[in-house]
Amino acid sequence: MKHSPFGFVASSSKTLAGTCLLAGLVVIALAAPVISPNDPWDMVGRPFTPPLSDGFLLGSDTLGRDILSGIIHGSRVSLFVGLAATVAALAIGLVVGGVAGFFSGRVDNALMRLTEIFQTIPSFVLAIMLVAVFQPSLASTITAIAVVSWPPIARLARAEFLAKRNLEYVSAAVSAGRPGWDIALREILPNALPPIIVMASLGVATAILLESAISFLGLGDPNLASWGYMIGVGRTVIRQAWWMSVFPGLAIMVAVLAINLLGEGLNDAISPSQRGGAKA
Amino acid sequence: MRTAISTLRLLSQALLIILAVSLINFALVRLAPGDPASVLAGQSGAADELYLAQLREQFGLDQPILVQLGKYYLQLLQFDLGYSYRQQLPVVNLIAERLPNTLLLTLSAFAIALILGVAFGVAAALNRDNWIDTAVGTAAMVLYASPVFFTGLMLILVFSVFLGWFPAFGSETIGADYGFIGQVADRLKYLVLPAVTLSLLYAATYTRLTRTAMLDVLQMDYVKLARAKGLPPFRIVGAHVLRNALLPVITIAGMQAGHLVGGAVVVETVFAWPGIGRLAFDALLQRDYPVLMGVFLISSIMVVFFNIITDLAYKVFDPTMEVS
Repeated sequence: MKHSPFGFVASSSKTLAGTCLLAGLVVIALAAPVISPNDPWDMVGRPFTPPLSDGFLLGSDTLGRDILSGIIHGSRVSLFVGLAATVAALAIGLVVGGVAGFFSGRVDNALMRLTEIFQTIPSFVLAIMLVAVFQPSLASTITAIAVVSWPPIARLARAEFLAKRNLEYVSAAVSAGRPGWDIALREILPNALPPIIVMASLGVATAILLESAISFLGLGDPNLASWGYMIGVGRTVIRQAWWMSVFPGLAIMVAVLAINLLGEGLNDAISPSQRGGAKA
Repeated sequence: MRTAISTLRLLSQALLIILAVSLINFALVRLAPGDPASVLAGQSGAADELYLAQLREQFGLDQPILVQLGKYYLQLLQFDLGYSYRQQLPVVNLIAERLPNTLLLTLSAFAIALILGVAFGVAAALNRDNWIDTAVGTAAMVLYASPVFFTGLMLILVFSVFLGWFPAFGSETIGADYGFIGQVADRLKYLVLPAVTLSLLYAATYTRLTRTAMLDVLQMDYVKLARAKGLPPFRIVGAHVLRNALLPVITIAGMQAGHLVGGAVVVETVFAWPGIGRLAFDALLQRDYPVLMGVFLISSIMVVFFNIITDLAYKVFDPTMEVS
């Protein structure tokens, strides 16, 4: 268990469950055009068909479009936005936190104040404002999510850089006369990265939730059928067609749950002190 | 003296937040695609020339950026958050009218989350690793993964559509003529679903936090001592454990105040709750930017206000800290 590269997967049932669910979702997203019974935008049947009738496994919507196909295609939007926004937030967080931790002193102070501000303000209000001002699109959604998601990453990156700054291998590099940026990038960063990546992986779940809320409010890319958008459409007719809201919502929950399970499993794996101890 | 310093620190933090948020608003108007005047008018090109000219004059839009900034802050200092051309009303009035509803919703949600979170967290910790613990942990995990609007819709589906217990939309029965008590009961009935919806996500977080903190504290020597002295379990939990276990919950609650206010936007939209979140959503659909920015500023001030409250609460509960 300890030495196999997949050992960590088996090390915890949470990680295993998360990995399986997530792998399933990725396969669905990649194979969407092949496995999806219909095009999500095509009107292929009667409107308001309940689940399990007329060939609709999960029912049809107000225009007779297939809910199942919408969910299958929606997985692409959710996973892509979640991943892209997290990578962008990771980049911002690493730069801000890394610079703050590496230089410390005044730079650190100023950057941490900025981080604090971004952590305090109602981030969702800022996110929807950004999307609205810069017009709804995939790019504006990803940017808005990244802009509000980087602070926790920056704080952790700062802490890691601060902690590693005075270690022996860094002192050795300093006395060898290597330039600061080189030390930061080649010595500190690789060692600081693992916990930051784990935190960022949990950020994918938050990003998916944010994307779904933005789309739910009708601010997503109008050309993409995402899960949040489907629920936003379904909510006005929830009394007549519960399936239009329920199934896409379950899809979001499964995706978020999968990532949270995986992230927590990884977290337990890299901080063994907490393993089996106090965690819910 | 220490109290004065900590109050000063809080105030400076509050000022910094307000400064930052107003700067973001200022920058957004000028970074948005198109003419800043038409952004301020919120009409995407449809506002009449006269009004646009008036806006340019008022905000100094054809003058250097520093002059614009000066004019902007001069207006803010007079509590002028701009004018909604759509609604033909000052933004301040629109927000002031709806702010009490949002405060009612967020504070109720916060109270419910705290009660549920602490209760379930304590129950899980005291029943560590048996079925109660597992059930609470699973429920918290599922709730934590549910988008707040979805939780709301599911509650509407169950408690409003199927069971018919609570109304799904609005904040009070319109045109009803109740006495005072009847009116309070009526408003409570409308408050239940939105407040519970908003609370559940945080209840999940607080449950996990309380459980973790409880388990930590239960292993402390002073708890063992209390047990050895033969104190009844409820006294130990109440007097020794819970007080310490609450501290991380309060800390996180303060840090999440911004999320709570953001969540209110979504919940108010789902339940047609007439607060500033619903106002923001309507403004969003109409691209009424002055209203949006006003909501952003005021909701940020709300967060600062929540932070001050949690800071005070921390001081009340922390046995080791007097007033630092």
